[in-house]
Amino acid sequence: MNDKHHRLVSMANQISQFFESRPTEEERVGGVADHIIRFWDPRMRKAILEHLAAGGDGLRDNARRAIERLAAAQQPA
Amino acid sequence: MNPNKEADFGTPQRHSTRLVTLSIDGHSVTVPAGTSVMHAALASGIDIPKLCATDTLEAFGSCRVCLVEIENRKGYPASCTTPAEEGMKVHTQTAKLGDLRRGVMELYMSDHPADCRDHAGSGTCEMHGVAHDVGLTEVRYESGRTHLAAKVDASNPYFQFDPAKCIVCSRCVRACDDIQGTFALTVEGRAFDSRIVVSADEPFLDSECVSCGACVQACPTDALVEKSVVEMGAPDRVISTTCAYCGVGCGFRAEMKGDELVRMVPEKAAKANHGHSCVKGRFAWTYATHQDRMTKPMIRERITDPWRVVSWDEALQRAATEFRRIQDKYGRGAIGGITSSRCSNEETYLVQKMVRAAFGNNNVDTCARVCHSPTGYGLKTTIGESAGTQDFDSIDRADVIIVMGANPTDAHPVFGSRLKQRVREGMKVIVIDPRAIDLVRVPNVEAAYHLATKPGTNVAILNALAHVVVTEGLAKEAYVRERCEWPAYEAWRTFISDPAQSPEAMEAVTGVPAAQVRGAARLYAQAGNAAIYYGLGVTEHSQGSTAVMGIANLAMVTGNVGRIGVGINPLRGQNNVQGSCDMGSFPHELPGYRHIGDDVVRKQFEDDWKVTLDPEPGLRIPNMFDAAHDGSFRALYCQGEDIAQSDPNTAHVTAALRAMECVVVQDIFLNETAKYAHVFLPGTSFLEKDGTFTNSERRVSRIRKVMEPLCGMADWEVTCALSKALGYPMDYAHPSEIMDEIARLTPTFTGVSYKLIDELGSIQWPCNEAAPEGTPTMHIGEFVRGKGQFIVTEYVPTDEKVTRRYPLLMTTGRILSQYNVGAQTRRTANVAWYAEDLLEIHPHDAEDRGIRDGDAVGVASRAGETVLRARVTERVQPGVVYTTFHFPEAGSNVLTTENSDWATNCPEYKVTAVQVSRAAQPSDWQKQFQRFSDEQVGLAEQATEALAR
Ligand code: SF4
Ligand code: SF4
Ligand code: FES
Repeated sequence: MNDKHHRLVSMANQISQFFESRPTEEERVGGVADHIIRFWDPRMRKAILEHLAAGGDGLRDNARRAIERLAAAQQPA
Repeated sequence: MNPNKEADFGTPQRHSTRLVTLSIDGHSVTVPAGTSVMHAALASGIDIPKLCATDTLEAFGSCRVCLVEIENRKGYPASCTTPAEEGMKVHTQTAKLGDLRRGVMELYMSDHPADCRDHAGSGTCEMHGVAHDVGLTEVRYESGRTHLAAKVDASNPYFQFDPAKCIVCSRCVRACDDIQGTFALTVEGRAFDSRIVVSADEPFLDSECVSCGACVQACPTDALVEKSVVEMGAPDRVISTTCAYCGVGCGFRAEMKGDELVRMVPEKAAKANHGHSCVKGRFAWTYATHQDRMTKPMIRERITDPWRVVSWDEALQRAATEFRRIQDKYGRGAIGGITSSRCSNEETYLVQKMVRAAFGNNNVDTCARVCHSPTGYGLKTTIGESAGTQDFDSIDRADVIIVMGANPTDAHPVFGSRLKQRVREGMKVIVIDPRAIDLVRVPNVEAAYHLATKPGTNVAILNALAHVVVTEGLAKEAYVRERCEWPAYEAWRTFISDPAQSPEAMEAVTGVPAAQVRGAARLYAQAGNAAIYYGLGVTEHSQGSTAVMGIANLAMVTGNVGRIGVGINPLRGQNNVQGSCDMGSFPHELPGYRHIGDDVVRKQFEDDWKVTLDPEPGLRIPNMFDAAHDGSFRALYCQGEDIAQSDPNTAHVTAALRAMECVVVQDIFLNETAKYAHVFLPGTSFLEKDGTFTNSERRVSRIRKVMEPLCGMADWEVTCALSKALGYPMDYAHPSEIMDEIARLTPTFTGVSYKLIDELGSIQWPCNEAAPEGTPTMHIGEFVRGKGQFIVTEYVPTDEKVTRRYPLLMTTGRILSQYNVGAQTRRTANVAWYAEDLLEIHPHDAEDRGIRDGDAVGVASRAGETVLRARVTERVQPGVVYTTFHFPEAGSNVLTTENSDWATNCPEYKVTAVQVSRAAQPSDWQKQFQRFSDEQVGLAEQATEALAR
């Protein structure tokens, strides 16, 4: 994993750890996805999606599900 | 009376609702019960001479010049110590009173230095006015023994004490005790032998005096006087303005002689500080005319090239051309801007406008990113507004307060003094801090509890406190039911009641004995009025936002939001942290904290600014650095910030700056960041421009121009010119027009205008139709978000853990006499108190390492290594070390890491695992730093020399 991806993975995991204590799956996964949409610059989102596409090494389960959701929502270019 | 002085009514204003009516010299006067006869007279325009009384202090009644006659009362009571009573008939001018007062004054004047007596001294001594008022025309005798030979104490860099001019009225002593709370002065001896003594009879500089200046203001003679007044003479005009240092935002009177600033005197009418100040605002403003000030625009190709002084036009053109070139080559998002909390609201507003409208992206962030961004996220989520809930005066009604991760006596000194006053009056304090700050124990002040947490365990301690509240039946559930979302509360209650959150379970994590946590929780929850004040010791953590939410949970569950005396109060580090956040200098938020992705809001700005805005959030400061490393971010406009010194992991930051193709720095000095710049735009100090600052209480106050900009342009004009060079002209004739635009576009600012600020003195937002004169207390009756939201705050330990290699935890903070990166205070005589960053270390840890007080020690973290001198002290606990970050060569941020808050990327400055060992020489980083810094200063000097040729 390169430095850039490493950093983003750890940021995504941190966000995930906060939302993991939410009561519903929707809040746990949706909370992370929404946070990333609201606060991350598009190039950071693109990079984490690339990382997911390359296997998503190091992502916590919940974070991975959130990013998968972002990937699914992405319109094909 | 000196027309430039604020009115002085002799004794403090009383606020009783019961009124009394008395007659003074035949005039009927009505005042609140408890008002002194003196105050009643002076406030209704009837003059009574006074010396030992001043309205910032309780009356003392020692000088006896204020005597009056009261019908049906024997003798001649002092009007300052006599309360007005219903039906009282007072006479202030009779032949007998005249004789008595002249007698008193003659005695005083006979022991007053002749030069002061004859030439009215500096013009600030009140003695002459009083002597004149009582009709004393000559002093008939010289008293046998005098104090005239006493030596002047000029040790303090800013003021001097001349005992020969002292009349021992004890105004200074009372100011130091009652207002400042330092207790540095005493009256020693009796009668003729009485004199003012500083600490243990030491010179001021060596004493415990903190140079707040309160005694100097209080002194009615020139015994205590500013050296600048001695040198320049009495000021002849006054301009009201606001301090440019900390988040207290004290109001000051800039006292001028012609075009020169003679002194800054805190304004009594200013609502943030009520006439008090600290050493920074009062005295440390001389940096504004320091020889290091940069006043000419400069450019260069590479950072290894010498600078070239150029015209404003050429510098701005260069910046604009480079920005556009870089965007053409690397994309629109390859450039961005950083604003500073040291700049005004108008300036930060303009920078974010330029970035969004002219750069065409949202890569704009402010230094609040690295301090209080978690406050924004945490408070918005829980209560709906990204701001403190109270005004400072609210503390007068608090019974118990928690001070968490803040050190008010050093970092918010005027509020710190206020807080100490309240403790002396009986208010209880709970300190939550890894370090024993002054509030834990100083003379006459002692905290009820000091919960000495291990760094990085704030969420754990907050959860433990809330656990006690909920499980011991101390929750105010009726309040919660009425004002908060009940299901969210229930979910939180289940979480917090779990024994895993108990003080006993958390003891191993926090290091705080459970019994103390239980005691503190009960005290806070059962207080009546309990308030929380917090600082960067809460926010600058990997769980900073979570801790802010933990604070909100605690305040809501105890019903402590929405009235005077309670609340959640973030103490902002810099003067305009609140303002820079309000002004939309976050990459995801437009002014007023509205998300850039909100189509309705964005449209409003698009219509007003006549431009299409990018709906996607931009890069935050740490993301900019990361993006610079990976090549997608290539140019930066940085106004008033010194990221190369203030941001964490210096090596990472400077490498990012080196990787950029165009760095434009606008600052008053060639700061550390400017050493990596390609374009330098000289900035202006707060004395050289008009604008507004917003303090920690949401109070918008004016700064007013007292001197012309040394570089010819105010900062807002520079931003406008740069924007114009980029093809997006912004035309304003005056900063007031910028504020009008802010008001037009920001619902919480609708009513704010320079005119209204001038009328009211200052305004606390929200100021709009619903609150035409502003809002001192927020969330009354209902939270801004509607219902308050409890949030589950699971404690997640930081990744920054002690290891065998790095067995100590380092935390950082500020000291009273220095301010942040020190660019300002290091260039003042404040270095007399603190001239280098020191490393505080506990005696046990020092002994283990063979370290003695004053030794040079190497401090190493996984980010870098530096060398500081050690101060061995029990202020820090074993296992914890502490340092400040005021001096660039100390390199505190060489050590801090890129760990950050999960929600906002606010860096985790407060927890760094380090090792400390004895050292013989500076670290490699320090040597490199020195070489680079010397080179850069040389390159700038060459430019100025070339200009002189
Ligand atoms: S300057 Fe302030 S701290 Fe020092 S003696 Fe005067 S009042 Fe006290
Ligand atoms: S630094 Fe803060 S406390 Fe000191 S004078 Fe300025 S605003 Fe007031
Ligand atoms: S002013 Fe009243 S006794 Fe001094």
